Amino acid sequence: MTTAAVEVNARSIRRIALSHKLSRWDVRFSPYLYISPFFLVFAVMGLFPLLYTAWVSVHDWNLIGGQGDFVGLENFVTVLTQGYFWNALRNTFSIFLLSSIPQIIVALGIAAVLDFNLRGKTFWRMGVLLPYVVAPVAVALIFNDLFGDKYGLINSAIMGMGLEPVRWHVDVIPSHLAIATMVNFRWTGYNALIFLAAMQAVPRDYYEAAIIDGANRWRTFRSITLPLLRPIVIFVILTSTIGGLQIFDEARMFDQAGQGGASRQWQTLTLYIYELGWGQRNFGRASAVAWLLFLIIILIAVINFLITRRIAGTADRKLRVRPKGIS
Amino acid sequence: MSKTIIGGHDRRPALWVYGVLIAVLLGSAFPIWWSYLIGSQDASALNQNGMMWIPGGNFIANAATVIDSIPFWTALGNSIIVSSAVSLSVVMFSTLAGYAFAKLKFRGREGLLIFVIATMAVPTQLGVVPLFIVMAKLGWTGSLWAVIAPAMVTAFGVFWMTQYLRDALPDELIEAVRMDGASMILSFWHIGLPAARPAAAMLALFTFIGTWTNFFWPFIVLGPGNPTLPVALQQLQAAFYVDYSLVLAGVVLSIIPLILVFIFLGKQLVAGIMQGAVKG
Repeated sequence: MTTAAVEVNARSIRRIALSHKLSRWDVRFSPYLYISPFFLVFAVMGLFPLLYTAWVSVHDWNLIGGQGDFVGLENFVTVLTQGYFWNALRNTFSIFLLSSIPQIIVALGIAAVLDFNLRGKTFWRMGVLLPYVVAPVAVALIFNDLFGDKYGLINSAIMGMGLEPVRWHVDVIPSHLAIATMVNFRWTGYNALIFLAAMQAVPRDYYEAAIIDGANRWRTFRSITLPLLRPIVIFVILTSTIGGLQIFDEARMFDQAGQGGASRQWQTLTLYIYELGWGQRNFGRASAVAWLLFLIIILIAVINFLITRRIAGTADRKLRVRPKGIS
Repeated sequence: MSKTIIGGHDRRPALWVYGVLIAVLLGSAFPIWWSYLIGSQDASALNQNGMMWIPGGNFIANAATVIDSIPFWTALGNSIIVSSAVSLSVVMFSTLAGYAFAKLKFRGREGLLIFVIATMAVPTQLGVVPLFIVMAKLGWTGSLWAVIAPAMVTAFGVFWMTQYLRDALPDELIEAVRMDGASMILSFWHIGLPAARPAAAMLALFTFIGTWTNFFWPFIVLGPGNPTLPVALQQLQAAFYVDYSLVLAGVVLSIIPLILVFIFLGKQLVAGIMQGAVKG
């Protein structure tokens, strides 16, 4: 072998070694590269702002002037002693309960009806989903008109029955009912489809066995469908809690001023955050409220999670059912 | 479906079932129809004659007034740009990450995936104050970037694509391509991406609708001159609170695009929600 040949050989060996090395790096680092966009954007645009909220909340901080002195817990003390926070907290929970509880019950009912062996399945399923594509702001403007205090359709109907008109935009509970109606309009059908999917995953033999034993439709719904649906119901409650406690759009649009009513009858916590931050330009106090709401949501999510695990666990043990495909 | 027909679930339902469904359908459609009913009236006629049950002939005139008084075309264009950009980015990054989580082996995979799933329960919307400070520092307030950037990834998207690719893409396929000497990114491109297509389309659709209807953050960060459609609707309400025929004409204009999407892709939306429910 000549020296030249040896040299060429050595070079090609080095080249192969290099490409091996590159390939190994490729295998090792590519996965991290592929997941990095999510973590980067989430860290910068999601997690950092959320954590930084705590930092802003212990400072004097103006929308225009920027960061001021460290004030400790002063913003929290002010906010918690002013009463507006508690009012907003009450309103938020009231609107949330008025929307989520009837919504889940009605959605279960609609799902049960859609679970019949219907003609034109797709048509009915699409029909219940229609409101989902209407933006909450648009929904709010439509229902604002329907719930008009003087000439609204709903009050006309109420007066037609010989009753006193309801002051939807003045009284506390009626305003909450109106806002909850907007939320329910948009989400009931969506949740009904989630429940329907879970209902269709229930093995049909269960029903047949029950029917042979003489159970009627209502009985099978209560004793078979509902228990098996419990995990998915809790999942829906969890997601609607996280969203529902941050309700803004419908309450913001319920009147022109957007402060949640002349005496804050329907001011929610996010509306209050907006008022403090961009109305009063007090970023410190807005952050204090945001941080408090964050803690409330996390607390509820954790409680929910614990309950879910427990109930999902027992349901699994009782029946050992896995969802199959959907028809 | 089982073969025995004893009664119960396989039998065609009684008439009352359709009665209930028709009532539900009316509840879904009525408010939308109502917005056109009022939006097509003349405000003064509305005040004089009270309730009217037939659409009037004034919709075009009302729509023209709306388009003149709010930056409607800007808002429509912005909504299209923002929703498309966000959908594209969410789908791209979610598919990449989902492919890695579902099909590639790497240290910390399980832990990182659990982290992603846990972030779905984190209300990041509550970071608005610092997010606004960041955007102001970057000089992005009032620009569409401020709306697009924070929405470029979603934990749900990553979770959704991971779930889908886990079942839809056989490991042997990837191994075969890798044996042929394809690099990681090429095997993603030729095997992962095509397999992900159905779930990616679904994710794009839901992300598009979610972004299109979003109000809170765009309302805070975009100025009145450069709104998205929901923000423009808020301006319309501020301008014409008393004239509901104009406000609702604006509502009709703003909901037409997604109603069209619904007419063409409503079936897919239904399927997507039902699949998500079984998997989630």
